[in-house]
Amino acid sequence: MTTETDTTETGTTETGAGTRVPDAVAGRRPLRAGPVSAVWRPRGAAVVLVGAAVLVLVGAVSIGRGDYPIAVGDVLRVLFGGGSRSETFVVTELRLPRVLTGALVGAALGIAGAITQGVARNPLTSPDVLGVTDGAGVAALLVLVLAGTGGSAVGLLAALGLPLAALVGGLLAAALVVVLAYRQGLDAFRFILVGLGISVALVSVTSWLLVIANVQQAGLALVWLRGSLNARGWEHVLPVAVVLVLVVPVTIALTFRLDALDLGDDTARGLGVRVDRTRISLLGLAVVLAASATAAAGPIRFVALVVPQVSLRLAGGSRPPLIASAIAGAVLVVAGDLLARTVLGGEVPVGVVTVVLGAPYLLFLLVRRTRKDSA
Amino acid sequence: MLALGLGLGALAVVVVLSIAVGSGPTTLDEVWRALVAPTGSPADIVVRDLRVPRTLLGVMVGAALGVAGTLMQGHTRNPLADPSLLGISGGAAFCVVLATTVLGVSDVYGYIWFAFAGAALAAMIVFSLGAASRGGPTPVTLALAGLAVSELLLAITSGLVLGDGPSLDAYRFWSAGALDDRGADLILQVLPFVLVGLALAAANARALDVLALGEDSARGLGQNVTRARVVGLLAVTLLAGAAVAVSGPIGFVGLIAPHIVRSLVGPSHGRLLPLAALVGAVLVVAADVVGRVVVRPGELAVGIVLGIVGAPFFIALVRRRSVRL
Repeated sequence: MTTETDTTETGTTETGAGTRVPDAVAGRRPLRAGPVSAVWRPRGAAVVLVGAAVLVLVGAVSIGRGDYPIAVGDVLRVLFGGGSRSETFVVTELRLPRVLTGALVGAALGIAGAITQGVARNPLTSPDVLGVTDGAGVAALLVLVLAGTGGSAVGLLAALGLPLAALVGGLLAAALVVVLAYRQGLDAFRFILVGLGISVALVSVTSWLLVIANVQQAGLALVWLRGSLNARGWEHVLPVAVVLVLVVPVTIALTFRLDALDLGDDTARGLGVRVDRTRISLLGLAVVLAASATAAAGPIRFVALVVPQVSLRLAGGSRPPLIASAIAGAVLVVAGDLLARTVLGGEVPVGVVTVVLGAPYLLFLLVRRTRKDSA
Repeated sequence: MLALGLGLGALAVVVVLSIAVGSGPTTLDEVWRALVAPTGSPADIVVRDLRVPRTLLGVMVGAALGVAGTLMQGHTRNPLADPSLLGISGGAAFCVVLATTVLGVSDVYGYIWFAFAGAALAAMIVFSLGAASRGGPTPVTLALAGLAVSELLLAITSGLVLGDGPSLDAYRFWSAGALDDRGADLILQVLPFVLVGLALAAANARALDVLALGEDSARGLGQNVTRARVVGLLAVTLLAGAAVAVSGPIGFVGLIAPHIVRSLVGPSHGRLLPLAALVGAVLVVAADVVGRVVVRPGELAVGIVLGIVGAPFFIALVRRRSVRL
C-alpha cells in the first residue's frame, strides 16, 4: 500500500504494531513547503496534463460543430485571441458558454464524487445517492410548475430563480440524508440506503408535479430533469466557476487530513485529526459542488460515481485523485454532450448519455465486488 | 387465524371506504342503492363504473405486489427486496413505454407481454448478481443493482419520449402509478396472469421455507434449488409485470407488506404469502382512498402516495440495527 502521510516531517513514526514507517516511500520524492508535504507522482501529473489536452481538443471540436461549422484549428485560434470577427462572435458568445458550462459542471461533479468516495472509502457512493440530484430536481420543478400559483414558500423559491432554487433543494435533501443516516458515526452503506429511500420519496413528488403541470411545462421539466446543456450562456458559467474557485482550495487543504483517515479512525485520532468533523465538512463541500453543478445543468447522473473510479485507475494512488477527477469529469460531460448533439440527434440531453455509460459501469463494479467478496 | 381475520376486516373497511369516498360527494344511501338497485343516475354510474372497478383493480394490484415482494425477499434472503426498489417495475415500465410509444401498441393484451419481458429481464439481471456471490448479495448490492437498472431504463425511456409530445404526455401520467380510468374489462384481461402468478407463488412456499436455511442445506434436504428459483422468478415476473402493466409503477407495497405480515405470523411462507396478498391489497386500496381525499378536488396517484408514505418506512428499516447492511 502506498502511504502519503504527514509523518514525513517527524522522520519516522511508531505505528500500533510497532513497525517503523520510513520517512520517504522508496522511489517517491516528497515535496515539502512549510508544514505541508506531499508525494510527487509523475503518473498522476501526466494524467492531468494529457487529460487537459484532451479536454481542450474535445471542447474545440464541440465548439466547431453546429449550423455554422468551424474547423478545429480556427476554433483554437479564436480561443487564443485570433480569428475573424464572425467566428469570434459565434465561438465566444454562442458556443463557448455551453462547452464551458459542461466542463465546469463535469469538473465539479468529478471532484464531488472523488471527495465522497474518499471519505466513505467506498467506490459505490456518490453525491447522487446523497439525495442532491433529486432534491434539486424537486425544487426546480416547483419553480417550473408552480411558480405564481403556489404558496409563499414556492414564491420564495421562484424569486431565487431556478438555479438557486435547485441549489437550495439539493442542499436540503442532502442535509436530510446526512441527519437520517448518522448514527454513531457515518456508515457508507447506511448512507446509500437512506439516500435511496429519500430519492424514491422525492421522485414521487417529482412525478406528482409532472402530472399537474401542463404539457409545455412538463416538456421543459423533463428535459431539465435529464440534465441538458441546451441554451446555456455565460450566466450559467459564472456561478459554477465561483463555487469551484471558492471550494476547491478548501477541499485540497482538508484532504491532507483524509490521508491520516486512511490509516484508520483510531490512528487518525491519535494523529490529532477530528475524524467526524473532517468527514462532515468534506461531505458538505462535495454536496455544495454537486448541488451547484446540478443547478447549472440539471442532474447529470453517474458522472460523480464513475469518474473518480476511472481516474483512480488511470492515475494510481490509494484513493480517487481530486484534480484528475475534475479533468476527467469535464472531458466526460463535454464529450457526452458532443456525442448527444452529433451522433444521437439534437434533442437528446447529455444526462441520458452519461447514464447509459455510467449505469452499466455501476453494475460491473457490483459484480466485481461480489466476486471479490466471495473469493 | 387472528391475523387472517384482522387482514380480512381491514380489507373490508378499505374496500367500503374506496367505494363510498371520492372526489364527487355521494351519500352512503346513494352508494347502497347504486350497488343493489341501480337506476342509471349519475351517482350510480360513478359508483358502478368508476369506483367499483378501481377498487377491484387496487385489490388485484396490491395482492400481486405484496406476494411478489414476499417472494423476492424470500429468494434473495434480503429484507429490503421489493419489485420497484430492485428495478423489476422499472424494467416492466420501460418495455411498456417502448411498446406504446415506439411500436404503437395500445391494446393491453399487446403490451402486457412487453411488461412481462421487461420484468423478467430486470429480475434476471438482479438475481444473477446474487448468483455471482457465495453468501448471497447484500442489501446494498441489490439496491444499487436495482438503481442502476432502473436509472438506465429510465434514461432510455425519457430519451425516447422527450422529442414526442403526445407520448410524453401519456408517459407522465402513466409513470405516476394510478388506478383511475382503467375500466372493468382490463381487470378481466389481466386477472388470469395474476392468478397463475399466485398459484406459482403458492407452489413455491415450501421451497422458500427450505431455502431460508441456505442453498446447501436446502440441497441436502432434497430440494431442487434451480427449479425453485425458476418458479419463483416466473411468479415474480408474472405478478410484478401484470401489476405494472395495468397501474404503472407502484413502489414500496412489496417491501412493506411482508414486513407487516412477518411481525404478525412469523417466517413460514405458507402463512406469509396469503397474508401478504391481503395486506398488499389493503395498502394499495387505502393509499388510493387517501390520494382521493388529500388534494381535493384533484387526486394524488396511488403510486405517489405510497412513494411518500413508504420512504420513511424504508428508512426506519435501514436504521434498525438488526438489518445487516
